[in-house]
Amino acid sequence: MSVCTTLYEPPGPRGVRRNRVLTVLVVLALLAVAAFVYARFDAKGQWAAEKWTPLLRADVWATFILPGLAGTLAAAVAGVVLAGLFGLVFATARLSDHRWVRIPAAVVVEFFRSVPLLLLIFFAFFGSYVLIGVNISAFAAVLFGLTLYNGSVIAEIIRAGVLSLPKGQREAAYAVGMRKGQVMRLVLLPQAVKAMLPALISQFVVLLKDSALGLIVGYDELVDRGLNGIAANFSNVIQAAVLIAAIFIAINMALDRLAARLGASARARPA
Amino acid sequence: MEALLTEGGTIIAAFWMTVRLTAVSALGSLVLGTLLTAMRVAPLGALRATATAYVTVARNTPLTLVLLFTGLGVGANLGLELSDDIATNNFWLAVIGLTAYTSAFVCEALRSGLNTVPVGQAEAARALGLGFARTLALITLPQAFRAVVAPLGSILIALTKNTTIALVVGVAEASVRMREMIETYGDQVIEIFLGFAAGFVLLCLPMGLAFGWLSRRLAVAR
Repeated sequence: MSVCTTLYEPPGPRGVRRNRVLTVLVVLALLAVAAFVYARFDAKGQWAAEKWTPLLRADVWATFILPGLAGTLAAAVAGVVLAGLFGLVFATARLSDHRWVRIPAAVVVEFFRSVPLLLLIFFAFFGSYVLIGVNISAFAAVLFGLTLYNGSVIAEIIRAGVLSLPKGQREAAYAVGMRKGQVMRLVLLPQAVKAMLPALISQFVVLLKDSALGLIVGYDELVDRGLNGIAANFSNVIQAAVLIAAIFIAINMALDRLAARLGASARARPA
Repeated sequence: MEALLTEGGTIIAAFWMTVRLTAVSALGSLVLGTLLTAMRVAPLGALRATATAYVTVARNTPLTLVLLFTGLGVGANLGLELSDDIATNNFWLAVIGLTAYTSAFVCEALRSGLNTVPVGQAEAARALGLGFARTLALITLPQAFRAVVAPLGSILIALTKNTTIALVVGVAEASVRMREMIETYGDQVIEIFLGFAAGFVLLCLPMGLAFGWLSRRLAVAR
């Protein structure tokens, strides 16, 4: 039993009455807040039908929301794949027996973990012409940032996963004659990834949310399409923001639930 | 390199804004996060449901969207004026957005901290006749705080990096300065990037070390 459920006695008859009164008060307070927001919105005409109905129109979905969602998902999926690869490579490198591999890998991972993602995106987007002679697309700049930042975090998650495995796994693999690379690839990494799956999925949620930064360099994603597309046409920035937030929340909650399920099944039968 | 040297003053000013945003939002998030935690374990279902709904929404919305919402929605459309000065007004709007977002993570950390407190602590408090509020405030929450010092440090570091997104509500912090400087001193992109990156490393590294030290010092011996 967790401490949260033992913080108070089960209420007796008087406690039940008091809790009922308090519940009514809480609900009244929430209603007061809702009424205040409603009144402020109403004074600004935010409840006008023409601000909300565009969100239900098929052409608005076809022009703004679905292409925006496609942009967000494209950046997120490409980001997950590349960050995952980056994470696997650098986790392995940080676990290397050779100091000349381990230390540079550690520097790279620690550096990209501590630099804000937005600075990485700006560096790639505004600096690319000077650096490589071509202006890279906003998509490439976002992907660059998502890969390096989240890849570094994923590298640390995977490394923690490998370190958490019982020593016998590695020893048994060596005992049956596997080489270093095989031990890592066939024995340690698969188990580490499986053990860390909930943490990895939480990081994918972070990555998906971070892809919204693309808006700042003009990458065509959901927040950009919503606030600069829908809101510009129907001057309904609040309504568009509510809808887009709802889409993000729905996707992220589904991922969260998946992580919780995987976590529960991993606990049920340990690797 | 010269760009970083000649513009040293403006860079420090930009980082000073980053530090102020971080400090004020951190304080706000700590207060709101603690309040949300108390609500999530309260005997009243209505309070629990409100806090849970809030945390779910705030945690799963991109910070960019949260800040745009506070800037364009709350600020421009609902006419919340916090100051006559536009820069000050934008600063407080950014603080509201960052606090609203970060407090959800503080709440999650504190709640997992509450779960590390042995059940006997709360049971003993009840046996002494303490009610819910006093059990929470005097017995369990202080121990929960001491258990989650390290995660709170990670949240603070994330918040420091997240303040760069305040540029969407028009706060001139480090990332804005970096973009301007890349445009002005196009030939020194790498130096500028490394300089600003070093600024964040200098801000975050001591935080990480300090919170690591604090978490070992404050850990509850069991």
